[in-house]
Amino acid sequence: MEKENVIVTHELTKRFGDFTAVDNVSFAVQKGEIFGFIGANGAGKTTAMRMLCGLSLPSSGTATVAGFDVYKQNEQIKKHIGYMSQKFSLYEDLTIRENIRFYAGIYGLRDERIREKTDLLLQQLHMKGAEGTLVRALPLGWKQKLAFSIAIVHDPAIVFLDEPTGGVDPITRREFWSLIYEAAGRGITIFVTTHYMDEAEYCNRVSIMVDGRIDALDSPANLMQQYASASMDGVFLQLARKAKRSGD
Amino acid sequence: MRMLKILLWKELLQIYRDPAIIRILFIMPMIQLLILPLAADYEIKNINLGVVDHDHSEYSRQLVNKIVSSGYFRLRDYSATFPQGLKAIESGRTDLILEIPTHFERDIVKNNRSSLFVAVDAVNGVKAGLGGAYLQGIIQNYNQDIRTQWIQAQRFDPQPTIEIASADWYNPHMNYRVFMVPGILVMLVTMIGSSFAANNIVREKEMGTIEQINVSPIKKMQFILGKLIPFWLLALLVLTIGLLIARLVYGIVPLGNYSTIYVFATIYLLAILGLGLLLSTYAQTQQQSMLVSFFVTMIFNLLSGLYTPIESMPAWAQLITRFNPVSYFIEVMRMVMLKGSGLADIRYQILALIGFAVFFNGWAILNYRKRSG
Amino acid sequence: MKQFLIFVKKEWLHIWRDRRTLFILVFMPIIQIILYGFALTNEVKNAKIAVFDQSRDEATRAISTKIAASRYFNIVENLYSYQDIEATFRKGKIRMAVVFPQGFRYDLLHSNHTQIQLIADASDPNTANTLTNYASAIINDYQQTLRPTESLLYTINTQVRMLYNPELKGAYNFVPGVMALVLMLVCAMMTSISIVKEKEMGTMEVILVSPLKPFRIIIAKTIPYLLVSMVNIASILLLSVYALKVPIAGNLGLLIAESVLFTITSLSVGILISNTAKTQQTAMFTSMMSLFLPTLLFSGFMFPIENMPVPLQVISNVVPAKWYFIIVKDVMIKGLGFTAVWRETLILVAMTAALLGFSIYKFKIRLA
Repeated sequence: MEKENVIVTHELTKRFGDFTAVDNVSFAVQKGEIFGFIGANGAGKTTAMRMLCGLSLPSSGTATVAGFDVYKQNEQIKKHIGYMSQKFSLYEDLTIRENIRFYAGIYGLRDERIREKTDLLLQQLHMKGAEGTLVRALPLGWKQKLAFSIAIVHDPAIVFLDEPTGGVDPITRREFWSLIYEAAGRGITIFVTTHYMDEAEYCNRVSIMVDGRIDALDSPANLMQQYASASMDGVFLQLARKAKRSGD
Repeated sequence: MRMLKILLWKELLQIYRDPAIIRILFIMPMIQLLILPLAADYEIKNINLGVVDHDHSEYSRQLVNKIVSSGYFRLRDYSATFPQGLKAIESGRTDLILEIPTHFERDIVKNNRSSLFVAVDAVNGVKAGLGGAYLQGIIQNYNQDIRTQWIQAQRFDPQPTIEIASADWYNPHMNYRVFMVPGILVMLVTMIGSSFAANNIVREKEMGTIEQINVSPIKKMQFILGKLIPFWLLALLVLTIGLLIARLVYGIVPLGNYSTIYVFATIYLLAILGLGLLLSTYAQTQQQSMLVSFFVTMIFNLLSGLYTPIESMPAWAQLITRFNPVSYFIEVMRMVMLKGSGLADIRYQILALIGFAVFFNGWAILNYRKRSG
Repeated sequence: MKQFLIFVKKEWLHIWRDRRTLFILVFMPIIQIILYGFALTNEVKNAKIAVFDQSRDEATRAISTKIAASRYFNIVENLYSYQDIEATFRKGKIRMAVVFPQGFRYDLLHSNHTQIQLIADASDPNTANTLTNYASAIINDYQQTLRPTESLLYTINTQVRMLYNPELKGAYNFVPGVMALVLMLVCAMMTSISIVKEKEMGTMEVILVSPLKPFRIIIAKTIPYLLVSMVNIASILLLSVYALKVPIAGNLGLLIAESVLFTITSLSVGILISNTAKTQQTAMFTSMMSLFLPTLLFSGFMFPIENMPVPLQVISNVVPAKWYFIIVKDVMIKGLGFTAVWRETLILVAMTAALLGFSIYKFKIRLA
């Protein structure tokens, strides 16, 4: 089956003065894929993602996201992507319902549709009855799932997740990933950065960044075979040992 | 449009849910308006007088009586020697000493001439200057009284007299509060406009929610307007409360139109909010933004003519006030409230403020980027 | 002790790395001194006035010239009708109008009596009073030249000596006030914000779990601001002595000791505020309301305390800055010694002890 590419980069580079954070990175992500972007702290993965999201201007190279050019069609891209940051970025002093309403409205959903989506979301997340609670009062796991659902409330082509599962217990993490699978099944491409190696194994393909370059790009299974390791942990350790940079 | 409506809805909701803001926004103006005008009174009165009288004559007693009954002075110390009187100044009990020499009365009558000595605590230069001037004025008056007593011949040969009729316009009761209250209102509105607004944006930066905004299709202008409009409304609300308090508590009713004030306030706020916006683009943390806006606001307040008149400032300082939006608003407030000036009278100030608004907002918008380079 | 020093070092680095804030903290008092010393004054000079001269004869011109020559007045307009007066006032162009009636000189010579009207814009009562006084003095002077013999008889000469500040420089009063203001601001406000920031960011828990006693941590937070305050005091004193020419009449050591005391008092206030505020925003605005404003008002350097209604005068006693202001005035300007200020010093010490005691108490309660 012919799968279209939703993200294509070619020699994408970001320099801060003398320092090259992202070094001539080239890859392509297919529609509906769960694409993992792995690397140590300081390897450049967040910087790369920020360029794709339109938060940072590349120094050189090309990239298109959802068919739009990152240099010239930045604002168009934003209409077609979702984003979930490490801090979840929900408004703590607004309720669940209000957060949904706000972000859905921002992405252009009509009131009718917002109502539908809210109901659907609350049901899916088993939050029905709690929609009037302030986000501040929610347990971490709830916030995380809510943030993800809100990030895709407008059914974007791609959703970018920046270290989405920090500080959450394993059961909640599993539930979170089932949400991700469900979204991928609907055709939403998932671009996720993480440093949990077991999560790397959940992805369709994984790229490993070291010192700003992509040192490996393949499915977890292939990588584990290639590097003769029983887990992604092992793969990563072998590659990361060669790294010269450490720490963001 | 819809995006803006949603942004405004969120902002207002957040403000409404923040108990501290509500308290600060409404209690602060009330306290400031109630206490500041009561405290802010530059008039020189209740000067504490110390007297060292070596003469104990009728004349010396008359003089002291005259001084005390003038209403400017309070007799706080009556010492036998000058060193004793000086102690009173040192301890702060008196502000000046009048020393009447021995033979004061005798010298005037017999030798046509006597002298008095006044020592003034001049740490507060203005108070000392005016206090000394008042005292000398009273002494001269008393001198004239003595002369008229003795030079009766002049009664038939009147001296040329220029009578001075003085009239006080716009504040016939010489009420200092009438002068201060409009200025304080301006200060309040300014603080809310610039500091609060700036802080709010920087808070989003610190919390990280601004990233979510940057990654969304919200346009730069929409975001900025979404932040400015709520604070613009809040500032106008505080202005209204302030005007109400001025009316109800102090009986200050503008001679001019309320509408003139609001028109000008609207434009002024555009400029001030622009300033706040500009500050927020440069600050990374709330601590920074608070300190910077506090510092800038303080300098603007000091150099605005609120506490000290602009005409008394040296040329270079006066030049700075031309670039200070606050000084224009203070001027306008006083003109409209106390003198009844209308829109036509303040057109120059309106133009100046429009200039400021364009400058600050323009610079801020240029600075604000959803995407960092 | 070593742990304590490590904490202090960390706190110091926070401040040192935030160059912008540090810059402002150090620069702010310098700017204030310059402003207060050179720009802000209540003195009236170059006041814009207008003259409505209906006679335009020798006498009126003589008086007008005298007025124009005075440094207090600046004649910016000549008016030609009564309506003009109102209009010019409304435009905000003048503060006073001098009105000469018709036939001024004629009346003066033939009926020995005439009148001048001084119309003052009393929006600012003080200025109006002062301008009227000055103008009257000039007119009286002129009147005196028409009565030459009078001044020889029955004259009382008054000799006036201005103590401590013979040139009546505004700076003498402002410098102590600015010192009080700056110290209070830097110490209390910044300290409270810095402590609350840790609360807000969530790092407070981390610190509380460390082996260092929690109150020592708070103290460690205040020490950098103590240092910054020392720099501020030094810069203010240097500027005062060399730029404003306000000498330190008294004992420098005593002055510095009292300033350190007041700094500690201010830091204690900051700690107290940090106890009650939950967000940085609240800390800042609480500091402003309960510190900056009262210090500005009740220290007595901007507005004389004796003018205030009694309840406010009572409140002023609770404001530490009031006592510090008196101490600095007495020591720096009047040159007095400790015997003159021991009472105020004691009050400051008592306030500090009370503030710190209360803070410690509240702190322990929270942790219990």
